[in-house]
Amino acid sequence: MADDKDVLRDVWFGRIPTCFTLNPDEVTEREAEAYYLLLPRVSYLPVVTDKVKKHFLKVMRAEDVEEMWFEYEGTPLKWHYPIGVLFDLHASNTVLPWNITVHFKNFPDQDLLHCPSNSIVEAHFMSSIKEADALKHKSQVVNDMQKKDHKQLWMGLQNDKFDQFWAMNRKLMEYPTEDGGFRYIPFRIYQTLSDRPFIQKLFRPVSPDCNAHTLGDLLKEMYPDALTNDGEQKRYQVLIHGIEPLLETPLQWLSEHLSHPDNFLHICVVPVPTD
Amino acid sequence: MPVTLLWAVDVYGRVYSLSTVGQQWEHCRNAHLEFKRVTAAQQCCWGIACDNSIYLNVHASDLPIRYQEDTYENQRWNPVDGFSERLLPSDRWQWSDITGLQHQPMASFQLPSSSWEWEGDWFVDENLDGEPTEKEGWTYAMDFPATYTKDKKWNSCVRRRRWLRYRRYKDMDTWAKIPSQQTALPDPFSDISCGGWEISEEPRGRLSLWAVSLQGKVWFREDISHHNPEGSSWVEVPPPGEVVQISCGPGDLVWAVLWEGHLIVREGISRDCPRGTSWAGVESPSPEVGTIHVAVGVNVVWAVTKDNKVWFRRGVNSHNPCGSGWINMVGEMIMINVGLNDQVWAISFEDRLVYFRQGVTSSELSGKTWKAISVPRDGERSHSSASANSQHSAGCFFSGEVRVPSVVSDAELDLEHPPGDVAISSVTFPGLDSFVDAPTNSSSQPCVKPNIPKVTSDSFISELVSDRKPAKTSGGVESASPAVLEEVIPDEGEADVLSSNSTVTITGSGGPSDPQWSNVDLEEAQIQYGQTGAVADSVDSCSLSSLATYSLAMEDQYGVDEHPLWAWVSGGGCSVDSHSQLNWFSYSLNTSAVLQSVQSLSLSVSPAQTAAWRKQIFEQLSERSKREMDNFRHYEQAIEQSVWVKKGAMQWWRDWKPHKWMDVHFALEQFSGAEGHKDGILFIYYNYYEEKKYLHAFINEVTILVPVLNDSKHTFAIYTPERTKQRWPIRVAAGTELEMHDWLALLSVSCCDSRGIHGSPSKQAIWSITCKGDIFVSEPSSALEAMPYPTPCDQMFWRQVGGHLRLVECNSLGIVWGIGFDHTAWVHTGGYGGGFFQGLASSTDNIYTQTDVKSVYIYENQRWNPVTGYTNRGLPTDRYMWSDASGLRECTKTGTKPPSPQWTWVSDWAVDYSVSGGTDREGWQYAADFPASYHGFKTIKDFVRRRRWARKCKLTTTGPWREIPPIPLSDVTILPCAAQSSVDTVPVWAISNKGDVLCRLGVTLLTPAGTSWLHVGTDQPFKSISVGAASQVWGVARDGSAFYRGSVSGPNPAGDCWYHIPSPAKQKLKQVSVGMTSVYTVDENGNLWYRQGVTPSYPQGSSWEHISNNVRKVSVGPLDQVWIIADKVQGSHSLSCGTVCHRLGVQPMEPKGQSWDYGIGGGWDHITVRGNSMEPPRICLPSMTEPLPRAAHTPPPAAP
Repeated sequence: MADDKDVLRDVWFGRIPTCFTLNPDEVTEREAEAYYLLLPRVSYLPVVTDKVKKHFLKVMRAEDVEEMWFEYEGTPLKWHYPIGVLFDLHASNTVLPWNITVHFKNFPDQDLLHCPSNSIVEAHFMSSIKEADALKHKSQVVNDMQKKDHKQLWMGLQNDKFDQFWAMNRKLMEYPTEDGGFRYIPFRIYQTLSDRPFIQKLFRPVSPDCNAHTLGDLLKEMYPDALTNDGEQKRYQVLIHGIEPLLETPLQWLSEHLSHPDNFLHICVVPVPTD
Repeated sequence: MPVTLLWAVDVYGRVYSLSTVGQQWEHCRNAHLEFKRVTAAQQCCWGIACDNSIYLNVHASDLPIRYQEDTYENQRWNPVDGFSERLLPSDRWQWSDITGLQHQPMASFQLPSSSWEWEGDWFVDENLDGEPTEKEGWTYAMDFPATYTKDKKWNSCVRRRRWLRYRRYKDMDTWAKIPSQQTALPDPFSDISCGGWEISEEPRGRLSLWAVSLQGKVWFREDISHHNPEGSSWVEVPPPGEVVQISCGPGDLVWAVLWEGHLIVREGISRDCPRGTSWAGVESPSPEVGTIHVAVGVNVVWAVTKDNKVWFRRGVNSHNPCGSGWINMVGEMIMINVGLNDQVWAISFEDRLVYFRQGVTSSELSGKTWKAISVPRDGERSHSSASANSQHSAGCFFSGEVRVPSVVSDAELDLEHPPGDVAISSVTFPGLDSFVDAPTNSSSQPCVKPNIPKVTSDSFISELVSDRKPAKTSGGVESASPAVLEEVIPDEGEADVLSSNSTVTITGSGGPSDPQWSNVDLEEAQIQYGQTGAVADSVDSCSLSSLATYSLAMEDQYGVDEHPLWAWVSGGGCSVDSHSQLNWFSYSLNTSAVLQSVQSLSLSVSPAQTAAWRKQIFEQLSERSKREMDNFRHYEQAIEQSVWVKKGAMQWWRDWKPHKWMDVHFALEQFSGAEGHKDGILFIYYNYYEEKKYLHAFINEVTILVPVLNDSKHTFAIYTPERTKQRWPIRVAAGTELEMHDWLALLSVSCCDSRGIHGSPSKQAIWSITCKGDIFVSEPSSALEAMPYPTPCDQMFWRQVGGHLRLVECNSLGIVWGIGFDHTAWVHTGGYGGGFFQGLASSTDNIYTQTDVKSVYIYENQRWNPVTGYTNRGLPTDRYMWSDASGLRECTKTGTKPPSPQWTWVSDWAVDYSVSGGTDREGWQYAADFPASYHGFKTIKDFVRRRRWARKCKLTTTGPWREIPPIPLSDVTILPCAAQSSVDTVPVWAISNKGDVLCRLGVTLLTPAGTSWLHVGTDQPFKSISVGAASQVWGVARDGSAFYRGSVSGPNPAGDCWYHIPSPAKQKLKQVSVGMTSVYTVDENGNLWYRQGVTPSYPQGSSWEHISNNVRKVSVGPLDQVWIIADKVQGSHSLSCGTVCHRLGVQPMEPKGQSWDYGIGGGWDHITVRGNSMEPPRICLPSMTEPLPRAAHTPPPAAP
């Protein structure tokens, strides 16, 4: 029988094969070859694209290089979303590898945040964890941790050290048995067809009459359109880490097992592909 | 812990029982009479009914109570008639007992009472010391009394045979009247108490039953044991006065109350004299008020005086049964009862509820608080469960009138049931003043009379909380006490009910209180813990509330009185301790709690595990991996793995002589190896004559990490194939247990990572156990049994699984059973990890606490001298006067430690009488000199004697194991299945620790623990059992002979009869293992035997063939593969005892194989390969598979 631990491992080691190509408008000294990489789904673009940068810098003149950014089919990719979320949101149901275009010019300030260094990513990541713990445990767990524990979480992610990360993250996933779950479930629901960045509200894992809330309950309240009514054609896919969990999956379990390292459950609602 | 029962009688004489996992009192409906009193043991319950007779209720068990009667038929030869029943006048009777002295015709055997029935008619025993006799069962000798043989010789003048008949106790689970004695009928009984089962285990199921008659006489019931549950007769034990009540503890404590209110204590109770020798007097706790009731346990005495005060006796133990002083306890009771583990129950004077004393531990025998048991009786459930429901959802444990509105339904319920209609669910007495010494007490104790205190503090609960969330409760009293009090505040204007004291506390603690619990957790996390009734820190809130927080509204409790009024309670059969999770005090109706209890109760797979959503996630994740990664493995990884080092200080058992522990630096370097697997190198840096050197081991070459038994150091050994060959592992010791476990966990994970092994053991896994009780599994590859080049078994990788077992058995469906040193049966939950494995190296939902108990033995040695007789002064050349069994090592009572720091003592040293060879009444064994063979009686030639002392120690750990109560086992076997076989129910056979053969029913993949035992009758106790393919069941009996069970099949899982199979000449078999067609046995001298001529039509086979010596245990797998634990294996550096070995060259045509391959060891005790049904790859090597000359290896034609 497979164990829930295996889910954590599968989630952590999820990889998206990606092909990076340089934007043809960039000025190069010679033709840039595409660069192929397995990107960790749970990480962030700036953390894992050092090699990409190095690769393309080889063919460029230093003065033509500004801040690197990425784009997929015309959409600038937000570095502060986990890579898996970007993929599920924009590129699920497409042929692999994922073709990402690399830009070194014309940074789209209106769409993207600047990211001069990885310490910005770290700050973003840690603030997500803190926000999640505020929802889950009124910040008690994260506040009880020491600076080095915080560092361990970040280093675990940065260096792809599953054990190192989870040795600490385990504490963030605990809750008193008698409560049946966290105080609130930290989640974000992303949708492609909306200007709102994402939906994030307070939602409890357990209903007042002590029933466990499910993924379906969450969507019913937050995004009823995502659900398929009886007799209707299915319009939306609800993706978490590239899979579609059943709507009766308990939310608490999802939060413990399918959250990203930032401790949020990132849920992407994308239209069903029309073949 | 197994499910056990608490017994009670209500004021109407109805008998009820409450299960330790139950939530209601079950009416004992087959009690046709009203009862006055009951007294319980674990296996039975005694009672005095209103007809003043004594009744016995023996609990039904899978093991029947079965008694073997036997008698001997004796005959003498004469020239006229041949052998005939005409004996010489000087001869014994024609029908006699074994000695011939007792006349025993068959007709003289009567059933002892109407509760017994005969199982069948008399039959002849055709078995003489393991050898089958001729059909008629006659054994011959020259004359009576003599040695009998099974063969008739020319000088055989007499013969005899043994007839057997079984009788069975049939009145299980009903109240059977104990026939009253014809002679000297005692006057009607008025009190009864049983106990004494810890005095001696011999005979099995022995009990002491004491009774008091109306005239104040004391009676003792003789000869109660498992085979004679009713006992035989009453013997009067004259007391020094008129006794009104008596209490007998599990051990040797017996106290009684005299009519005048004084107490008497029975002294001199021992194994040889369970009745004791004399009475000693003890004054009543209070000089002016006499005692009316006493209750004793193993090391405690509680008493109740006529003013209903409760007293605890200080300093009681078996050396000082009278104790040293009384301590007044809080509470007013009419009676009190002490059960197993010195746990205490009482019936309150005030409301006649049964109270349980919480917090009773071996270090705090007086406990902490009284807590009312508030479960309904069956039949009234519908009424009270509703209100209990509301109580629960209110999230508190307070009685009806302290209501906290929570959900809407609550309010409705409140209307239907006026407050206070339910039994009080928690009335706890403050723990602080429970120790008030008697003299000061009378003045200082607060008056408890009119009301039941309603005190919020409850140290038991706070313990619970601190167990679950140590980090949180440390938050302190300040944050905790408001949580307590907020819950108490009644919102219905009842604040005035609370005394000023606690009001002060409320205001003092400050903070706005919001009694709406659904919002409470927003305000303050601690309140969440309050939902389990958890009220944090005991000490402080106790002191605040100890004076009074008494409710004034108690009267209406009586107004609508619905709750049972109890008259008597007995916990002698109720196995709980201070850690037990009991459902007696509240209902858990919220879903998660119910789910939990379902998980904890059923041994089968819980629904959550098999839920569709979970399956869906597992499947989709693996699909995702395929889709997104399988075709892109050649892509570069975005993040390169770096080296990661952990360092520490350790001690190392150095390789060169003289061997000793030396300080070393220990470091593990981890990095990403080829194919993305993590890998690492282990370094041990040491100094060799001022020179710095190091030793290293590649993590991917480490085959096992074994904790080593050492009574002072925390040590483990590291093996590689090379080191296994040398029989010389790297031995290291850590400074603390924690450090060792950290390292072991880290290294294990590292080893598993480097080999890509994760998660639960597979169904094919090979399990083994070290002599220390640690459990290891190895994942076999198909090459392990390959021919002609199998994987050498020193290359097998073993990883540890949490838990502690003596024996483990499995089959290829993944059903795994284990047996602990204390004979407890366990079933594998399918999980992994536990023990020192934490976090990710361990599964989460199926790890449970596991305990084991074993005895440590030391020997007291004495030498005889003409002046003083036997003394502890030996000759200068003698062994230590206190030693181990060999005499080589000194082992004193005070100096002997438990086997490892994991074990703690749980008993005191006691003389052990169950030594082979027998002992005298003081446990001594005699011999001419040390070392020699000892016997249990003194002769003129004996100059030395010894006796064995035993002390029990206990280990508590965790692992993926669930207990299978209640029968303790000594052996178990599971049908090995072929790889793809689909069996609905899997045959599992076992031997109880008393030698009964048992067949487990209802074992399936979903319920690996099965449902119940079926007892399979035998004429003698068994010690080993094995079931092979095609339902071949073989057993080994205590006398060393083998038995084959005939006609075992799916519809007839227990078979129909035993076929006796003599052991190899002059050998006593001790273990058997049956594979597909092979049957192997091991005898007591370490010989391994193969059964020749086993065919489907003649499954008993024809003869034994010797295969090997030096064998301790054998395991034959579903492919007939043969693995053993070898006694001694010589390596290049050292010798190892207890080594896993694999038989090479085993083939269908050559089931005996050719030679041994040596694997991990020493220190191994058990292995099972019965899960490995993986067919080896078929390699055709025409030139090499040429069979060896047939003649040498084919069995000789069977001679039936």
